[in-house]
Amino acid sequence: MTREEILNELKSVFAPYTTNKEMLANINDQTDLITDLKINSANLVDIIIDAEAKYNIEIDYDSADKMINVGSCIDVISEKLNQK
Amino acid sequence: MGKRVVVTGMGVVSPNGIGLPAFLDSLKNGRSGIRFVPLYEELQMSCHVAGVPEFEWDSLKNYLSEVSFHGLKGTNIAYGITAALDAWADSGMSFDTDEPHWDTGCVFGNSAPDSDATKNVINKVDNKEVKKLGSRIVEQTMNSGVTSFISGRLGLGNRVVTNSTACATGTQAILMGYEYIQSGLAKRMLVGSGEHIDTYIFGTFDSMRVLSRKFNDQPERASRPMSASSGGFIPGSGAAALILEDLDFALARGARIYAEVLGGAANSGGQRNGGTMTAPNPAGVIRCISDAIASAGIDPADIDLVSGHLTATMADRQEIQSWSNALGRSGKDFPLINSVKSMIGHCLSAAGSIESVACILQLIHGFVHPNINLEDPNPEILKIIDEGCIPTSMIKKDINLVAKANFGFGDVNACLLFAKYLKE
Repeated sequence: MTREEILNELKSVFAPYTTNKEMLANINDQTDLITDLKINSANLVDIIIDAEAKYNIEIDYDSADKMINVGSCIDVISEKLNQK
Repeated sequence: MGKRVVVTGMGVVSPNGIGLPAFLDSLKNGRSGIRFVPLYEELQMSCHVAGVPEFEWDSLKNYLSEVSFHGLKGTNIAYGITAALDAWADSGMSFDTDEPHWDTGCVFGNSAPDSDATKNVINKVDNKEVKKLGSRIVEQTMNSGVTSFISGRLGLGNRVVTNSTACATGTQAILMGYEYIQSGLAKRMLVGSGEHIDTYIFGTFDSMRVLSRKFNDQPERASRPMSASSGGFIPGSGAAALILEDLDFALARGARIYAEVLGGAANSGGQRNGGTMTAPNPAGVIRCISDAIASAGIDPADIDLVSGHLTATMADRQEIQSWSNALGRSGKDFPLINSVKSMIGHCLSAAGSIESVACILQLIHGFVHPNINLEDPNPEILKIIDEGCIPTSMIKKDINLVAKANFGFGDVNACLLFAKYLKE
């Protein structure tokens, strides 16, 4: 999967956790989950669980800690997909 | 002399009506909310009927942000949010605020957190899938889940408490809110309670053989308080909320005033002298009612209506005897008495708040709702009070003073006195 494909799919993963729909439509690698998308930090756990289910991957604690913006989310998901 | 406390808003999710207009219409017309539940028959319960609100889950989208709505599964929480936010809107307040309402608190009760939500936790943990639980489970399995959602949505900044005293929970929540305002600790309190009788909670009562099992094929006839053919209670689900305010505070903002809370009391019979885990000590009940009357400073002769606990068990007769002793009134001199449970079943923790909303609707609209299914009043009850005191059809009548009580497992009691608001 290309980075762009994952980025587009992430929009649906983030959607239930943000009310900032305009920002969500225009996310890029630098978009921060908490400061830009206003996602409650507690919900980052749910995003990781949803991403694990969507891509059938396992995201360990260290990788999860890196997932603070869209770019790092794509990095972690690509890495895990390549390990499959 | 404490502050005067008035009711300025109400919301209700009842098996026989969601929202004040629907609930009022059902009360006036004696409409039952008891329905057949096929699952209970399938699970080989003895009782196959329950009071179930006709609740549409998606209606919650009108109350919560999309983010809050996503992942919410607790039915008890859904009922509570709906009742509480409806009451808030009914009091003329808007939902959005940047600054917390420091002068407004919340006492909202329930008997147990949603056991379907707890079942999900048990299954995932036992299945070694704890990592899949996510962040939204604790808020729905903690007992204070409902109050947390309500106070968060409305920005309530005074004390926020989840109370629990079994079937006296709702009555006690109102009493606690009243006491906080009366003593000057808050200007306004959102009070109430909710209950979702899911399969597991239903099963625990079914197993005690305290539920009615003789009217499974006639759900609307199954809840029969004070009747000779009553054979146990029918569990019901729902929630109700009231907005209580300091009178001066309410007048200053030009709020519409529904009624005044004149007084109340709560106690326990100590599980002595006939009181047990499941049965009230009559001396405790009588003392509770008498204390409530004393706190309201009224003459029991002025009580127009008693809204009883009256669940449709063997305990109904003893309850009537206790009311009679506490009020010093019997025979034809006894006030009118009714039980909302004849229409909605016993909503356990939610009973006190839903039934209190019914009391206030009767005060406002000048009527006494019928006791349905009372074709055969218990002759033992008629030895204490006259049959004319137990209406079986709606009575149009000016009602000025209502006594409301509920009694719960653990031998706990709570009693409230509601009156028409009079300027003085």
